[in-house]
Amino acid sequence: MTMTDIMPPGLALKKVDERIMTLNVGPQHPGSGHMRIVVQIDGDYIVACDPDPGYVHRGEEKMAEYRNYITNVPHLERPVIHDSCNVLYPYVLGAEEILGIEVPERAKYVRVICSELNRCIYTMYWLAIYGIFLGHSTMFMWPAGDRELLIDLMEKVSGARVTHAHFIPGGVRNDLPANFEDVCLRQVNYFEKRIKEYAAVFYDNPILISRTQDTGVLSRENAIRYGTTGSVLRASGVDYDLRVKAPYDVYDELDVHTNVMKEGDSYARSKVPWLDMMESCNIIRQALQKMPKSGSVRTKLKPNPKTKGPATVYKRVESGRGSLGCYIVSDGKTEPYRVKMSVPSFRNLLAMPNLLIGEKLGNMPSVYWSLNYWPVEADR
Amino acid sequence: MSSDSEKPAAEAKPEEKTTPPKPAPKPAAKAEEKPVELPAFEKGISDKLIEKFGDKIEVDFVKEDRVGIKASKESVHDVAQFIRDDLHYDHAESVTGVDFPADNEIEVVYHLGSYTESSLARQVLTLSTRAPRESTPIPGQDSTKLPSLRDIFYSVEFGEREVFEMLGVYFDGHPDNRRLLLPEDWADLPPLRKDFAIKGR
Repeated sequence: MTMTDIMPPGLALKKVDERIMTLNVGPQHPGSGHMRIVVQIDGDYIVACDPDPGYVHRGEEKMAEYRNYITNVPHLERPVIHDSCNVLYPYVLGAEEILGIEVPERAKYVRVICSELNRCIYTMYWLAIYGIFLGHSTMFMWPAGDRELLIDLMEKVSGARVTHAHFIPGGVRNDLPANFEDVCLRQVNYFEKRIKEYAAVFYDNPILISRTQDTGVLSRENAIRYGTTGSVLRASGVDYDLRVKAPYDVYDELDVHTNVMKEGDSYARSKVPWLDMMESCNIIRQALQKMPKSGSVRTKLKPNPKTKGPATVYKRVESGRGSLGCYIVSDGKTEPYRVKMSVPSFRNLLAMPNLLIGEKLGNMPSVYWSLNYWPVEADR
Repeated sequence: MSSDSEKPAAEAKPEEKTTPPKPAPKPAAKAEEKPVELPAFEKGISDKLIEKFGDKIEVDFVKEDRVGIKASKESVHDVAQFIRDDLHYDHAESVTGVDFPADNEIEVVYHLGSYTESSLARQVLTLSTRAPRESTPIPGQDSTKLPSLRDIFYSVEFGEREVFEMLGVYFDGHPDNRRLLLPEDWADLPPLRKDFAIKGR
């Protein structure tokens, strides 16, 4: 193996082909996020594609080895600040098992509500970007504005608009504010009414349909083979949602419906998260109804909690982008020995080169962003 | 039966590597544990693997929804093949490298799941294997090598690339061993090794 073998694509010297052109999309391009996609095009068609992530790698996993189970909370949520509750969720579940603490019942419901609110906040942001990727600026303005409804709710709960650091081992940081149930119900009902209007302007729009239908088709077999997850998997006809298949916290007491589409194209992949948002509204309403009206939301821990001894745990939750796992190895010390986050964006990335080959270059944004890919999360 | 079920169940639950080296006493201990409260479905999975591979593999833990298998680097490819073809696990969720300088080894852990087999939807199978570790690594050219599982589980492709750059474990048979996340001018130790220290910590 020589040095050029481990060089990233584009830096290695290559013979110039007169017909094939190599194009670097990113890492500063607005159509790529913080990553680079090296595409080779023949005329208008992509013949090879090589994603090159890593521009926002922050070493979250290494940092986690130097902090104890509580001080890990604020930095492990950074990969997706819009979905911070869900990103932190598997770590918190794992830390609770390692530290051997029970969570109060009310805290579990508060977690479900925050987690679903975060899912909507994330998906609205993603949808706004998808709209502007496709040149649909109304679809940028509407979700970006409507997500403020839910951000205000989360601000009431945690004090921060994003990066809530609200889930901690042992429960949640604060109880819900007074009168939260009424405000939440009102906001969520209005939110649901509002996102239903997106059908007329976006999902039933013939221009959008012509740009996304039958582009980047991912078959059911390949969706499973590539190990994709979340909306990408469900848009290819696989009925798999961890909230139903392997419920955590109190999801087994709630009625959760899984949205599945069969087509596997960009259109289906963009529609499934939108349907999931309506399902989230249903879950929030159920959780508000079933939640114990009073009680503790937090099992107090010492500042530097002791573990029960060497252990390994692997916990996973359904985040806004798919199954998010956290593997924690503990050697009995107060800091974790190793924390690995198995993030959905990283898993879905594998589908990208396979989907883009054969597509027109102009279809690249619609395929790329429909994969529900968040560059910062993939890099960690 | 229920009266003496307390002790072995307590022994099985905390699991982990408290008792790793037991090649011979293992089957005997298994026979005692059988009537006890080990989750039956998960026990069935580990039994199938034991039946096929015998003492080539070692059952790390059996608990609710989780089965942990340890395999040597020689047999891990065959074990993975069996897991995919006969146990119907169809994708890898993550590939993790864990550095153990005290043992002079690096562990690579595959978390495997299944979408096609509905009875396995809750399950995660943890397949781990270990590679020798060198104190002055030359990634790709030293003895820290493992067989790649990419031809069995296509979904490990980027995960194995990440383990290669972050821990220096070279995967034989992987079609693409380039760096993924690290900068191209990275010339230090693989950063997730324990002897790579963060400044000021």
